[in-house]
Amino acid sequence: MPDIERTQARARRIREHTLRMVHRANASHVGTGLSMTDILAVLYDGVAKVDPARPRAPERDRVILSKGHGAAAFYAALAEAGFFEPARLDTFCADGSQLAGHVSHHVPGVDFSTGSLGHGLSLGCGVALGFKRDGRPGRAFVILSDGECDEGSTWEAALFAPHHGLDNLVAIVDYNKIQSFGTVKEVLDLEPFAAKWEAFNWHVQSIDGHDHSAIAAAFAGLPRAKGRPSMIIAHTVKGRGVSFMEDKLLWHYRSPSPEQLEAAVAEVRRGKP
Amino acid sequence: MRTAFIEGLLEEARARSDIMLLTADLGFSVLERFRDALPGQYLNVGVAEQNMMGVAAGLADVGKTVFTYSIANFPTLRCLEQIRNDVCYHGYPVRVVAVGGGFTYASQGYTHHGVEDIGVMRTLPGMVVIAPGDPMEAACATKALCTLPGPAYLRLGKAGEPKVHAGPIDFAIGRALEVRPGSDVALVSTGGMLVHAMETAEALAREGVSARVLSMHTVKPLDAEAIRRALAETRAVITVEEHNVASGLGAAVAQVVAAHAGPRAAFRMYGLPDEPYARVGGQAYMRELMGDLRKVAHEALAAR
Repeated sequence: MPDIERTQARARRIREHTLRMVHRANASHVGTGLSMTDILAVLYDGVAKVDPARPRAPERDRVILSKGHGAAAFYAALAEAGFFEPARLDTFCADGSQLAGHVSHHVPGVDFSTGSLGHGLSLGCGVALGFKRDGRPGRAFVILSDGECDEGSTWEAALFAPHHGLDNLVAIVDYNKIQSFGTVKEVLDLEPFAAKWEAFNWHVQSIDGHDHSAIAAAFAGLPRAKGRPSMIIAHTVKGRGVSFMEDKLLWHYRSPSPEQLEAAVAEVRRGKP
Repeated sequence: MRTAFIEGLLEEARARSDIMLLTADLGFSVLERFRDALPGQYLNVGVAEQNMMGVAAGLADVGKTVFTYSIANFPTLRCLEQIRNDVCYHGYPVRVVAVGGGFTYASQGYTHHGVEDIGVMRTLPGMVVIAPGDPMEAACATKALCTLPGPAYLRLGKAGEPKVHAGPIDFAIGRALEVRPGSDVALVSTGGMLVHAMETAEALAREGVSARVLSMHTVKPLDAEAIRRALAETRAVITVEEHNVASGLGAAVAQVVAAHAGPRAAFRMYGLPDEPYARVGGQAYMRELMGDLRKVAHEALAAR
């Protein structure tokens, strides 16, 4: 079971890294990184069976960031988990760096490169199926965005996983309600979202994606339903932890100025009550 | 060819539990024998090619060698991005198998004409592209693909194609097979057009023209040395394919021709022009759209 004080401290550091990386690289997607930070902080606190000393161990759980544009926060989480030195985060998007703006499997701890939406759940299905067919204990964790649930391929995989009894597959949707060019409600509403996954025969939990105890509880004792894949719908806030970024489409694109960075870092260091 | 493929794959898979066969709900009367013999190594994913390719990549990541099966353009174009990102970028041993290359399903209409697949697949980094010329080549290619480390595309015809090779062949990925020696013209064929190339070579022989026939079963990596020899040793080199010449074997060979220093043979590309066809018909009828290969040979020789 994750230690909540430890995961919260880690989440604060991941947020600070993410802000600094995006600022330095003048990159986009800071909001999406901040919305899933708490999920990552808990996932890498002993939930996912991975070993930074053996990042390619065949029997490890696979963690697939299907929303590959969340790369900054994901790399930060991996560095904090010990996969590489946090100093390497300074190379995010830089000339000659392997830390691409969408996650790259050339970075230790990253199992699959992503960046085009709607690929990750199928990859997770393949991993889970392969482990099952061999009777091996590994699992696949797949982190999805709400926007990529517009992609038909996501629903191909959604249909596939329960049919084949992939209860070693865990999907988490970072449901921050803002997609690329508008709110989910305006662009292509997903509701009733949980009911859709239930109708597809997934085991569904809906949680506050910033409440570490709730996240840890959702990850505990999986699978809750034998033979069914697990869906965790994490209700989140885009830009979480920085008051002027929260719930703003702008921060899907904008990189913070030096003054904004300073203010944002001060906020995330304090942490949200 | 598809019979040779499935029999060859089944034989390999019996000895190799890591080999898996996925289909996107096609393969009636072809795949049943594999399904029934090795159910643990088989899966019908449903009519969902994008998911099939992602699943294949995931399976490969946990140690499987995966063959994905469908027909015409469905296993390639429908899920091209999954092949590019999920398979090729990671270098996984996934083999995309398409039955019905070219005009195999000519009468079924434009959607079923697989005439850009070789071109599209050969643009992908690290992708090996193979279009066997007859059932024996298909069997050899299948066996070879079971041990190849990275991704590959295997383009097959249908069932019941004539055998071109009489005896055993020395098959290797990336090495052309000289099926018939000749010194005036070289017909460089890929896929099921090998039969037509051989028939044309016979017809040319009756007219006193000596035609070499190469089966270029591997379009990528291309056997450039065999092309260079043909350019130096004959007076006309003609690529022969049931595919768009703008991106297929013709284009691949043209790159070798363009880089060739010194005197060389004339070069022609026999295949499909860069335009869609609204008409349908039998495979033979559709092939007539490509013109008369024998005439192309004469015209090229006259130009030298």
